[in-house]
Amino acid sequence: MRKLEEVIKNKVIEASRKLDENVLEKLRSAYESEDDKNAGIVLKAILDNISIASETGLPLCQDTGLFWTLISYAKSSPYSLSDLVSTTYEALEKAAVEGFFRKSIVADPVFERVNTKTNLPPVVNIELIDGDVSTVDVLLKGFGSENCSAVRMLNPTAGKDGVIDAILSMVREAGGKPCPPMFLGVGIGGSLDRAAFLSKKALIRKREHEDWRYTDLEDEILERVNTLHIGAGGLGGRATALEVNIEYDSTHIAGLPVALSVSCWADRKAHIEVREELWRED
Amino acid sequence: MERRLRLPYESIDELREVRAGDYVLLSGTLYVGRDQVHKRLGIMIEEGESLPFQFKGNGIYYMGPSPKMPGFVLGAAGPTTSQRMDPYSPMLMEKGLLLMVGKGPRKNNVVEAMKRYSGLYLQAFGGCGALYSQRIKSADVVAFEELGPEALLRLTVEDFPTICAIDSTGASPFFLS
Repeated sequence: MRKLEEVIKNKVIEASRKLDENVLEKLRSAYESEDDKNAGIVLKAILDNISIASETGLPLCQDTGLFWTLISYAKSSPYSLSDLVSTTYEALEKAAVEGFFRKSIVADPVFERVNTKTNLPPVVNIELIDGDVSTVDVLLKGFGSENCSAVRMLNPTAGKDGVIDAILSMVREAGGKPCPPMFLGVGIGGSLDRAAFLSKKALIRKREHEDWRYTDLEDEILERVNTLHIGAGGLGGRATALEVNIEYDSTHIAGLPVALSVSCWADRKAHIEVREELWRED
Repeated sequence: MERRLRLPYESIDELREVRAGDYVLLSGTLYVGRDQVHKRLGIMIEEGESLPFQFKGNGIYYMGPSPKMPGFVLGAAGPTTSQRMDPYSPMLMEKGLLLMVGKGPRKNNVVEAMKRYSGLYLQAFGGCGALYSQRIKSADVVAFEELGPEALLRLTVEDFPTICAIDSTGASPFFLS
């Protein structure tokens, strides 16, 4: 087995038990600044749950999610893309077993809905990047929040206000369903599917925008979403969303696609840089 | 206010006195069923079949656990989104299953049925699967084992924390869109 397989497997299992420091920090500060009684109780339970998961080794949430993966293949990699994809697949298969993940995937979406009993297949996205260090990103995508994700095809002249209104309307409709406080990934531009892909990519990490207007837009969306007072657990209060990230792309003269991917407070993800030493066989 | 509710409850008045926003700790027996269990219970009721557990006095928790790890009663065991059960809940309340535990808002048909039958909807804390796992002292499959994580279970819970999200008068602290 390659070292890489072991590393992906371990990081994915760890993601189901532990949150990134950035996510933890935002949850702690939401608890400290909350003045609504019910929302405070919910945020305290969330922080307790995080400690219990870490102490016992139980998953944070029973919905250990659908594996949403992004394989960013570096053009000068010393291995093939197909080897990288199959190594990732095998690592996920082992993570589901060794991590006691819930088997949440059904093969046929409409009729039999028979469980594959492996938590596979994952959703696999592939993109090409420059250089020789490929990356593998995995989101453990819970579906309480995914069911609140959506795309709107706006008028090309809708502008910034149109984008904000669309997102507010999608978040309002989500209400207390996606286990708020939420983390929001926003994808703008491209086509319907491209915008949706970008909204997931936005959940992976925060981008330093060269165009500061997009950074401002992230801040403004976060501020406006928090005026909805959906709050932790949907019971009111300040903390409806804790972070908004945008990814954007060029689009057609006739359109302005806007996609929203909603993550619950348990924003679980693994990021692996495929350095050469990880590619060696053990 | 903080309340304790022992399950099965003896009188419907124990549900009626709980108010929206109350912090409610559950102890005793709690049944578990989510999407497929609701669909099947709906069919059983329509076809007049006998039900797999006694509805009166009991509550149902919308949950599908992650697999049991060695040394634990079961895996993570937090609530799932209640709204997906909304098409079935009024029918179950009519048959006496008045206590529901899940997460997130309910549709109007459920709230109306709650007012009619004195139903009670408690919200468990979403995503807190490890915390709830620790409050569950036993878990047994009652029916539909073939559904795997969606099987109908009977739990014994102790100090299982919830907030009353909709009371039997229809009052609710929820954000409603």
